[in-house]
Amino acid sequence: MRRLALLAVLLWPSAPPLGAQDEPHAFVGARVIPVAGPEIPDGVVVTRGGKIVAVGPAGSTPVPADAVRHDLAGKVVMPGLVDTHSHIGDVEGADASAPLQPDVRAIDSLNIRSARLQKAQAGGITTVNVMPGSGHLLSGQTVYLKLRDGKTSIEDLVLTDANGMTGGMKMANGTNSRRKPPFPGTRAKSAALVREQLVKAQEYRQKVKDASGDPKKMPARDLGMEALVEVLEGKRVVHHHTHRHDDILTVLRLAREFGFRVVLHHVSDAWMVADQIAAAKVPSSIIFVDSPGGKLETMDLSWKNGFALEKAGAAVGFHTDDPITDSRLLLRSAGLAVRAGMSRDKALYALTLAGAKMLSLEARVGSLEPGKDADLVVLSGDPLSYKTHVLETWVEGRKVFDRSDAKDYLYATGGYGASHDQAPFAHLDGDDEEER
Amino acid sequence: MSPKVASACGLLLLARVASAQVAVRGDVVHTMAGAALRDGVVLVKGGKIEAVGPAATVTIPAGYRTLRAKVVTPGLVDARSTVGLSGYLNQPQDQDQLETSAAVQPELRAIDAYNPTDRLVGWVRGFGVTTLHTGHGPGALVSGQTMVVKARGRDVEADTVVPFAMVAATLGEGARTREEGKSPGTRAKAIALLRGELIKAQEYARKVEATSQPASDAKEKEKTKDPERSLKLEALVGVLKGEVPLLVTVHRAHDILTVLRLRDEFKFKLVLDGAAEAYLVKDQIHKAGVAVIVHPTMWRSLGETENLSMQTASVLRKAGIPVALESGFEGYVPKTRVVLFEAALASANGLSFDEALATITIDAARLLGIDRRVGSLEVGKDGDLALYDGDPFEYTSHCVGTVIQGDVVSEAVN
Repeated sequence: MRRLALLAVLLWPSAPPLGAQDEPHAFVGARVIPVAGPEIPDGVVVTRGGKIVAVGPAGSTPVPADAVRHDLAGKVVMPGLVDTHSHIGDVEGADASAPLQPDVRAIDSLNIRSARLQKAQAGGITTVNVMPGSGHLLSGQTVYLKLRDGKTSIEDLVLTDANGMTGGMKMANGTNSRRKPPFPGTRAKSAALVREQLVKAQEYRQKVKDASGDPKKMPARDLGMEALVEVLEGKRVVHHHTHRHDDILTVLRLAREFGFRVVLHHVSDAWMVADQIAAAKVPSSIIFVDSPGGKLETMDLSWKNGFALEKAGAAVGFHTDDPITDSRLLLRSAGLAVRAGMSRDKALYALTLAGAKMLSLEARVGSLEPGKDADLVVLSGDPLSYKTHVLETWVEGRKVFDRSDAKDYLYATGGYGASHDQAPFAHLDGDDEEER
Repeated sequence: MSPKVASACGLLLLARVASAQVAVRGDVVHTMAGAALRDGVVLVKGGKIEAVGPAATVTIPAGYRTLRAKVVTPGLVDARSTVGLSGYLNQPQDQDQLETSAAVQPELRAIDAYNPTDRLVGWVRGFGVTTLHTGHGPGALVSGQTMVVKARGRDVEADTVVPFAMVAATLGEGARTREEGKSPGTRAKAIALLRGELIKAQEYARKVEATSQPASDAKEKEKTKDPERSLKLEALVGVLKGEVPLLVTVHRAHDILTVLRLRDEFKFKLVLDGAAEAYLVKDQIHKAGVAVIVHPTMWRSLGETENLSMQTASVLRKAGIPVALESGFEGYVPKTRVVLFEAALASANGLSFDEALATITIDAARLLGIDRRVGSLEVGKDGDLALYDGDPFEYTSHCVGTVIQGDVVSEAVN
């Protein structure tokens, strides 16, 4: 008992420790890529209370005396990456009972202990849109997560966007959702089913409007319709899986008809219809896979998509579609995009701020600017090089991944046990003792 | 054949030979036979390398077509692929890498299925791949044969280097069938089946052997009657005699040890493929003197491969195990991987640049037993080269030319 008491005294700091997030940090000596502005060869980033408080060149950017200094000479600091389309966390969505299931929420399936969340941190991803699959015309509500550490419930990771939404709506066209009835058998039927559902949602919205707050006049509550009304009102963005050029144009046509906001995902034939995409002012989240094909609608997939969309003036972001590509390799998308003609600036923007905008989270994440969340990655070298490793990932002023930590290293490289479910506070970065 | 046609054929043949006079000059030439050359030149004549050396000492003869690039490497060798059998559309008509009507079908020849004009052959060629070890894929206990082919995209007869390279087998989850009444449904049953077939092949070989001995009397003659010809057992006899290795796709550590046990029993030449958990049993693999074609570095860590590591190629190499990298088999998107990028990532995960390049050039060629022809830039070897406008591993570099046996087969920037 006495020994225990002594131990408690030893473990209990004399003064309550500053919460890790409140602790000011100064990242100095690195090449800083703020994304919001030009690269700074010798930059300083200061964070406090989980937010960025200063970004600028050494010399003209004061380093607070109380800040924990991180000397990063020879390293690169950039914003935490935004993965606009991922399936980490054992996510599930709609089942096989119907082709459109807007009532289903991704969050209700997520496993916070999934090692793939940690692997995403190892890849420098700090914000991620986790979505149900593409085997449905509408497979459910997606969820935006901040990959924070030390949380036990998935709800503690959820982000709310500028419209008060915690996710978008996952939709798909083309061949994945063409299945046996009740699923559609053709493209025209696919569009008809979607239109029918959205027309119902319009009517539901009208009934709600007509009730003008009178509970007796309100339609019976319908979870799916409620979510679709959010779509119709432009509050809940549609994340639309689409590959072939004509399917892409179908999405644009439906978005025009019903006035919903949409982000195109994969967009394999984007290079064929880049001008139409740009004219519709619709952003595209694209993927880089190592070869075309694998199914008919991706036979013309091109690495030029980023370049073609940039040239046309359309917004471009990247995604992993994990497990289609690995969360630890999202950075590589920028290298491949530049290889195919995209500008370096736009490719780095596509990894970060472009994605943040697609999720309406740009007020909080996507660039290194004072007032934004202190989400950043420390890289061993240039973000476009194959040699570069993510050394550290920081979320809201806390280190959530450290390559020099043995357990984190396992997530980064793989190895025995790297895919097993983990305790959600697996990172021993020195500040989670107090939370145990 | 009319004399006109015959002479046209002759001209064509002549043209093929005559076109093969190429000089490739690189700021850096990675010969993979000694240190890299600064400002090096490789001369190719008649499809073969006739000279390699610094530009100061190797004069480019008149009449040679000269290609220049920042970096030149040997044509890349993909040590294990299904490209050409597993087509890029992924529709039933272009998926010939797996036949599931029976568990053991070593008689299925890769040459009867390889489509040299599939778009994926051209795709990997555009990154500098000139030699493919391709064929039947994983997914059946014994799925069929593999072949070595140049990625030229002409016709299978003209492009083939080794028509029957290995017999492809799978153990672990990949060999299982879930179909009622079909085998193998378990690991133990898979091994029982395979042992049974190998024993049949031993018996078959004995019978064939006996027929070549002169029989003393009628009774003996009856005994030594030729066995009924079996294409299946013929192929397995090739394995038992060590003429072709058994290429076993296997991932779990305990399954790898099972394969080693099987090899001890039947003394066949073994090459391990995939081998996600090989690092756990590297000592046993090293002791057995077995080479490993390691899964793509970017392979998905799911199911049986959940424990794979990006460092496996490096860890095995350090343990003294011969290692090559592969594009492997993909059932979905991407329909193939590119060994160039798999080597790049392996190099970021423990291998040096030279070691990583070796896994897709000379070490791959040695593992496949074709290093007398390909894998390095040395006099007498095939004139297979890849040209890059920078560090070949950098995502932002491009392959600006691919040369196979002196023919420039790709000039498009990829």
